[in-house]
Amino acid sequence: MADIKTPPGTAVDEPGRAADRRPGQPFPEAGLRRTRTRATAGSGRMATLLVSPTLLVLSVVVLYPTIMALKESLYGTKGLDPKTGFIRTTEPFVGLRNYTGIFGAAGDRFWNAFWNTTFFTVVTVGLETLIGVAMALIMHKAFRGRALVRAGILVPWAVPTAISALLWRWIFNSNGIANAVIGHQILWTTEGFHAKVAVIIAEVWKTAPFIGLLVLAGLQVIPKEVYEAARIDGASALGQFWHITLPLVKPALLVAVLFRCLDALRMFDLPYILVGAQKNSVETLSMLAQNEASNVRFGPASAYAVLLFLYVLLIALAFVRVLGADLVGDGGATGRSAGRRRRRITALRRAEVTA
Amino acid sequence: MKTRTTRALQCSATLVAAGLLVTACGSSGGSGSGEPAASTSFQGRGPITYVAGKDTSGVVPKVIDRWNTLHPKEKVTFIQLPTDADSQRQQMIQNAETKSDAYTVLSLDVVWTSEFAAHQWIDRLPEKQFPLQNMLKPVVETAKYRGNLYAAPASSDGGVLYYRTDLLKKAGVTKPPATWSEMTADCAKVKKLPEAEGMSCYAGQFQKYEGLTVNFAEAVNSAGGVVTDANGKPDVDTPEAQKGLDFLAGSFKDGAIPKEAITYQEEDGRQAFQSGKLIFLRNWPYVYALAEKSKVAGRFAAAPLPGLSGPGSSSLGGHNLALSSFARNKATALDFMKFFSSEDSASTFLKDASLAPPYADLYDDASLVKQYPYLPVLKQSILRAVPRPRVVQYGDVTSAIQQEAYAALTGSKSSAQALKDLQSELQKSTAQ
Repeated sequence: MADIKTPPGTAVDEPGRAADRRPGQPFPEAGLRRTRTRATAGSGRMATLLVSPTLLVLSVVVLYPTIMALKESLYGTKGLDPKTGFIRTTEPFVGLRNYTGIFGAAGDRFWNAFWNTTFFTVVTVGLETLIGVAMALIMHKAFRGRALVRAGILVPWAVPTAISALLWRWIFNSNGIANAVIGHQILWTTEGFHAKVAVIIAEVWKTAPFIGLLVLAGLQVIPKEVYEAARIDGASALGQFWHITLPLVKPALLVAVLFRCLDALRMFDLPYILVGAQKNSVETLSMLAQNEASNVRFGPASAYAVLLFLYVLLIALAFVRVLGADLVGDGGATGRSAGRRRRRITALRRAEVTA
Repeated sequence: MKTRTTRALQCSATLVAAGLLVTACGSSGGSGSGEPAASTSFQGRGPITYVAGKDTSGVVPKVIDRWNTLHPKEKVTFIQLPTDADSQRQQMIQNAETKSDAYTVLSLDVVWTSEFAAHQWIDRLPEKQFPLQNMLKPVVETAKYRGNLYAAPASSDGGVLYYRTDLLKKAGVTKPPATWSEMTADCAKVKKLPEAEGMSCYAGQFQKYEGLTVNFAEAVNSAGGVVTDANGKPDVDTPEAQKGLDFLAGSFKDGAIPKEAITYQEEDGRQAFQSGKLIFLRNWPYVYALAEKSKVAGRFAAAPLPGLSGPGSSSLGGHNLALSSFARNKATALDFMKFFSSEDSASTFLKDASLAPPYADLYDDASLVKQYPYLPVLKQSILRAVPRPRVVQYGDVTSAIQQEAYAALTGSKSSAQALKDLQSELQKSTAQ
């Protein structure tokens, strides 16, 4: 334990020594450097020790399965031995054929699932962002019954997806509420574009509050003075929203949208329960991988899962790199946007002055 | 401090290495155990487990208790899996893939027998030790793979045609239809009645799920066609099969089957029949007791399924008992399977949970017929039944059937084209 106590000790010693020190004396400097090196080595070891359980758990639950999935995706399906009638006990090594297969004749189902996944992600996240921001603005306003509205908006988010899927399946039943409301019988759970619409409605209903919640948190840290200044300068409500609220809430909004994108790309339970398995109109990549695995074709299933993983990774990277989503919370993005905001406000003022 | 740290690191490294080794062994140990299942010797006595879907009637623990009091040293524990058949299958496959001995006796859906046998997840059973000659023949067929017995039939199920006796009588029809054309004619007569306004003729299960496979196979078999032949080879692109599919697709087109029936599973159809929207309904026997409590109580009856030119053929439901290859205490397991699939147990299952027995003479038992008036009809249904395709890749076969049948029923493909495509799909998936 002596190692760890070193840094504070040096720090205490330091002022005294510095006071005695005359210019040109190298000794204290060297001593300081030596103790610092020792301290870093010690705390480095400690850090390794403290982090190692996390790393261990991560490698067991994340790294190892990922590597196994990668390895499994290089193997094909066990074949049937026509003589004995038994399935062979070993999986043939097929290299990258599970991956190249998506460009062949069997790839239709993959690309259909891929486009469905992309379509659902783009449309649902787009709608959720619009509705979520609107919800957040409403929840942020001070008015009577605000607590009730906040709680009410959050209810869909609290319902487990599988349960909400069941709920919406009743709503979209051939004799359900949805058809009664529109006064026209649409068979929502049959193949076709309406099945996609059903999934999108249910998904947006469920997860718009999530974006609302994160944006609300972002709204609450915007200081009132900024709005006051804008009002004094005569900015309209829309101008305030566009030039103050949106830029200041952007870091929170980006994180929310990123989380929703990653979530939407993995979408499985909602279309699976609401519309059903193996419906081409709503089959997502997760559903396709699950279907392959349930037919004991672990190789192709792993390949689809790996492709989905890469797709998700790509989107996440794009968010962090291109849009500068601040996931770690080091304030980099906040600082940048705050700077931009200052510039914008001055620009606004200047514009007003000239006007 | 230093030594402690290094030791801890070393320890964790060893642990990780050990973990990797264990899993590596688990995944690659498969190649060694490929001995033919026929040479299984049923050895070892002791506690075993019985694995089945959730038991809602409470009859399974009752029968197991009966065994446990008789065999205190060979106790059976009941492991309940989810109600959903797909998740049951998945958990059983997981158990087999990890070669775990946690599951001993498995309650398999009749369509899984081939897959489990071909993967050698279940053991071949000695045929002579089960009273197969007393069982209905189509039911026994579902327990076989390549002519060998791999499971013991425990319960069965067959489709029946429910019809509204009151309406048929009023329209002057004295007996239930035996053919599709009779059904269409009867329906036309009934629909002239004022009380049949807004009613539809017929419905089954046409949502894109296993129920569609059942209904499609029934239509094809009832028209004299087959999905797969006696050797398991697909042979569905035939004029007979097309007549079967045309009946369903045509009924959708002319409105004999209501449009919304494309979303029907068992329960939707039952509700539509019970609320007086349907004259005829194809469904399983469980509907009988429930409909007796609805507003059509006393105004309906069950009949064998109609066909193209005579009585039709049902698909088969039900469960078989199989023995996990990786289990211990197989001697006990074999005895338990004999006990659990005995006529005595089957009669309890019928009385308490209305599970259709595999034994022929139970269907003629006067007291049981009094309790379940549909039993004689169900017997005829099962006797004429054709099992769904018995193939190793059943999952692929059933999804191909659902895909093509759905396309034909919704009119996005002609039935000829759908069958042609289905034939080539089936050839692909059975060739593996």
